[in-house]
Amino acid sequence: MSGAVRTGSPGEVLLKVDRLSKSFGGIQAVKDVSFTLNEGEIVGLIGPNGAGKTTLVNLITGVFPASSGSVVYRGDDVTNQRPFQAARRGLARTFQIVQPFPAMTVLENVVAGSLFAGAAGSRAQAEADALSHLEFVGLADLARRPAASLTLPSRKRLELAKSLAMKPKVLLLDEVNAGLNTSEIDQALTLIRAIAARGVTIIIIEHLMKVVLSLSQRILVLHHGELISSGDPQSVVNDPKVIEAYLGSKFAARQKQLAGAAP
Amino acid sequence: MVYGQVLANGLMLGALYACIAVGFSLVWGVLNVINMMHGAFIILGGYIAFFAWLHLGINPFVMMLPIAMLLFLLGYMIQYGVINRVIMRPVLTTLTLTFGLDMILYNAMNIAFTATPRRVVLDLGRIDIGGVIMSLDRVAAMVLALALTGILYLILRTSRTGRAIVAVRMDRDAAALMGIKVNKVYAITFGLGAFMAGACGALVSVVFPITTSVTGLFLGKAFVICVIGGLGTVPGALVGGLALGVIESFAGHWWGPQNAILIGFVIMLVLLVVRPTGLMGKKGYE
Amino acid sequence: MKTRLPYILFALWVLALASTPWVASNYIVKIATFLAMYGAIALSWNFIGGFTGYPSFATAAFVGLGSYSGALLQNAGVSGALLPLAWLGGAAVVALFAAIIGLIILRMKGHYFAIGSIAIVEVLSQLASSWSSLTGGGEGLNVKFLAGGPDFIGRVFLYTMIVIMLLAFVATVLVDKGKLGFGLRCIQQNEDAADMVGIDTTRYKIYAFVLSAVFCGAVGAAYSSWVAYISPTDSFSILLTLKAPVMVLLGGPGTVFGPVVGSALFVLMEETIWAKFLDYNQGVLGLVIVVLIFFLPGGLLRLRWRKGSA
Repeated sequence: MSGAVRTGSPGEVLLKVDRLSKSFGGIQAVKDVSFTLNEGEIVGLIGPNGAGKTTLVNLITGVFPASSGSVVYRGDDVTNQRPFQAARRGLARTFQIVQPFPAMTVLENVVAGSLFAGAAGSRAQAEADALSHLEFVGLADLARRPAASLTLPSRKRLELAKSLAMKPKVLLLDEVNAGLNTSEIDQALTLIRAIAARGVTIIIIEHLMKVVLSLSQRILVLHHGELISSGDPQSVVNDPKVIEAYLGSKFAARQKQLAGAAP
Repeated sequence: MVYGQVLANGLMLGALYACIAVGFSLVWGVLNVINMMHGAFIILGGYIAFFAWLHLGINPFVMMLPIAMLLFLLGYMIQYGVINRVIMRPVLTTLTLTFGLDMILYNAMNIAFTATPRRVVLDLGRIDIGGVIMSLDRVAAMVLALALTGILYLILRTSRTGRAIVAVRMDRDAAALMGIKVNKVYAITFGLGAFMAGACGALVSVVFPITTSVTGLFLGKAFVICVIGGLGTVPGALVGGLALGVIESFAGHWWGPQNAILIGFVIMLVLLVVRPTGLMGKKGYE
Repeated sequence: MKTRLPYILFALWVLALASTPWVASNYIVKIATFLAMYGAIALSWNFIGGFTGYPSFATAAFVGLGSYSGALLQNAGVSGALLPLAWLGGAAVVALFAAIIGLIILRMKGHYFAIGSIAIVEVLSQLASSWSSLTGGGEGLNVKFLAGGPDFIGRVFLYTMIVIMLLAFVATVLVDKGKLGFGLRCIQQNEDAADMVGIDTTRYKIYAFVLSAVFCGAVGAAYSSWVAYISPTDSFSILLTLKAPVMVLLGGPGTVFGPVVGSALFVLMEETIWAKFLDYNQGVLGLVIVVLIFFLPGGLLRLRWRKGSA
């Protein structure tokens, strides 16, 4: 059962990735990946470790230049953009290993998001915005603390607040739940749903199946840099290619055998 | 056949340069510290060799090892006592510190020895290979420089200490977890850097005039070689040193010796922009 | 610091410097001129080294280039009453140079950037030495003396340096309080995150680099008019380039008043202690550096606040 709340119609195509590829030296990290992202969706991006998920996010946000292929965002070809341009266009992302500005306060960290990508008119405006985002994620009490003093779950929420302050249309969440315990993960899920309810389109990289299945309407599966499956959660989960990628070809073959032998 | 001569000169120079740079490169690669004193260490070695030759009649080639060991001790103590306290601090701090220490050493040498150029004159004769003339002083210096570099390479690869040094260079934290005493490795490496500098200084005294004015020059060459050849490896320093020697020799031949130095810096700047990992591809610490 | 106290103290300091021609000897006036000069240099370095965290050793390149540009302009006729134009011209040349070089060198970080910046000093120094037809080479360049008695000349250059320092100070305050300063601090703490948050890091770094250069260029140009003779080794002095970060480290990098405090202390120390030991000039500087780095990790201003983390 999908927990996402969608407002209105399926929405325009926000992001169109077409045959995107990236190799580093001899290693092909991302190979011919194509997909579209519509406004209002929550799309899960899964795959075994090293599948190229973070590299894909890096390509979309301009951290690396693509070896070939294109990324079109709201009609503009943004394949060769720099990260700050992606941010200003409304393509925000969080980092797997959180990246705060350690010597700044929690508030200042979020102000950075609203002042630059969020295009706040003034410092005062940026601070007001930042405070509201901190309230949204539940960190308002810690506003004056140095960012380096936060616990991991709080840092993850700070990362979310910062990316929200950037006024994104598309938010790429990279393993927001890594290192969190069960109750913290539930809180994170609620927060993500609330963000989607505000009209932000989300791609979420996640390895916890329960999270992905409960959040996404659609799932993309990456393996060795290639998109091996895409579709609604149920069909993806039962896709033999996906099973093989995660559990190995022997297991997949046995599953097939057992399925064939059943009466 | 002029080019043969220029090439030979370049290679002889290059062997010396490689030896000069390898200690600097090792310290940078392992400690992530740029030792601004490196040029001063070289000149210190040169001065000691000169005065031993002048007053005691000892050949610099013979003095090479004792001088090197003396400088090893000096380097070890400086690192352990002074630099190690700030080893974890940002680049600006460590660089300014070694810069400051260099100022002290430079001043001390100026007062003790004055800046008058000193030159050891051995006059061992010349050899002539197919029209290329080489003075035996330089050939001997080159051979010893290469030998020393080779011995360092063997030490790094085969001895326990050497392998500990390489381990720290690759991953300091992992090395510490394996039980390697990183602080000791730092001190030994810095000492080794000073060791090589001192030994080279003794060799340099036979080939170039020794004066405090050129400490910066040698330091600059060490930088350039590190950028060309990459950090922390002996082969890198060798490639870089030989490359620089040959480049300077040809540049000096075509455009005059004073521009040869400029060429080195320009090449370094270009490389820093285009390929900071150096020709050998090993990225240094930033 | 919400209080106005530091600003008031600074204003008093500037007034004190400006009043020296009327209340003290020419020697004191000269010291005051150096205080203003090094104040401007320290404030300049603070933009790239303090706010942005890029360890620049390019200061001597900017001062030296300013000296030569100003001197050449002056010798070409921009002199007498037009002298300030020569200084502006020097500053403009240096600013342009910094913008162009910045595009290349600011791509590097840490040690590589530091070395690149020193290399710039060396390359310019070598160029000045070799291009004798233009610069007089190693022999140096003579600049036309400004007409007037020693009192007049002393005053002209005192006030010139004070004006340059004030301009640098105003720029510092504006940057510190504004979007640029905030962005530079973000870049210093985490350049990748700064990029991700929408900061055009290349543009901001170049702004900081040009700011770190332009006032130095003005100082260099004015200085060449003052001493009327420049040479490559003095203009592109490695000692000068080392002093810039040391002064700011002494006072507190990344703060508004740190460079002022640090440079003032440094110049006064230099005049009182080392001037006595001319032969030990570099050695004492080295010793000061060692002591500074050991005992004042954040600089003097941070010491007072004692935030607890280095």
